[in-house]
Amino acid sequence: MRQAIIALLSGALFGGGLALSGMMDPSRVRGFLDIAGHWDPTLAFVMGGATLVMAVAWLVQRRMERPIADTGFSLPGTDLIDRRLTFGSALFGVGWGLAGLCPGPGIASLAVNPIPAGIFVASMFAGMTIFKAVEK
Amino acid sequence: MTLAYFPDAQPLEGLIGGLMIGIAAAIMLLGLGRIAGVSGLAARSIGLSDAAPPRIVASMFIAGLILGALLFQGAFGPIESTYPPSIGWLIAGGLITGFGTRLGSGCTSGHGVCGMSRLSRRSIVAVMTFIGSSMTTVAIVNFAGGGW
Repeated sequence: MRQAIIALLSGALFGGGLALSGMMDPSRVRGFLDIAGHWDPTLAFVMGGATLVMAVAWLVQRRMERPIADTGFSLPGTDLIDRRLTFGSALFGVGWGLAGLCPGPGIASLAVNPIPAGIFVASMFAGMTIFKAVEK
Repeated sequence: MTLAYFPDAQPLEGLIGGLMIGIAAAIMLLGLGRIAGVSGLAARSIGLSDAAPPRIVASMFIAGLILGALLFQGAFGPIESTYPPSIGWLIAGGLITGFGTRLGSGCTSGHGVCGMSRLSRRSIVAVMTFIGSSMTTVAIVNFAGGGW
């Protein structure tokens, strides 16, 4: 129960941050990716702010034996660089560039912009389902 | 606040929104010991991933994302957004995003916000790759006359 509330709080703050920062506007995100056009650096400020806070959080994490509401940290490895990582990331970028949406803003937009966001998110889940079906 | 060379940019809103996103990710890390990676949590929430977080945690985070945007709109009015002119872009972009984020184990939040700040080699490579391919994609679409 406590874990569920923490997750909801984190998600809500994340969604509010996406809304305030303009990252729920596909054309603004696309503006960041359009370096040859009317480049819009807003996304870099968003990334900068988020990364700054998280850099501090990682320093704090190193001094903790376990998280506040669980028995241990469950964190992915940081070193493995393989074709799955590079090919998957390259593909993701193509999708991001086409739609101007990545998973966070797409899902956050579901209630406030249900039709276009719903089409994007349904397609994204379809892509995830296809991956699960062909995954080795 | 505006930037002289980039009149459309919203640096202050971006920075404050970014700080909020960072605090949200820090809550997941220090509270639950997990990465606030949206693609992974989304997959987990609908049963497309067997990876770690209990499904209720993933589902609540995803519900929170939707709720947070809704609350923001309730408090400050409509969230400005311009979508691609054709749903084809949304469908193709969604499909490729879904497949790619699962194959590459992350997106802008997991590899970007959480991984880069951890100085994860893996995430830095992922971010450079998807920033590069997304910028290339936009450039190609513009060149082909499909810009919006």
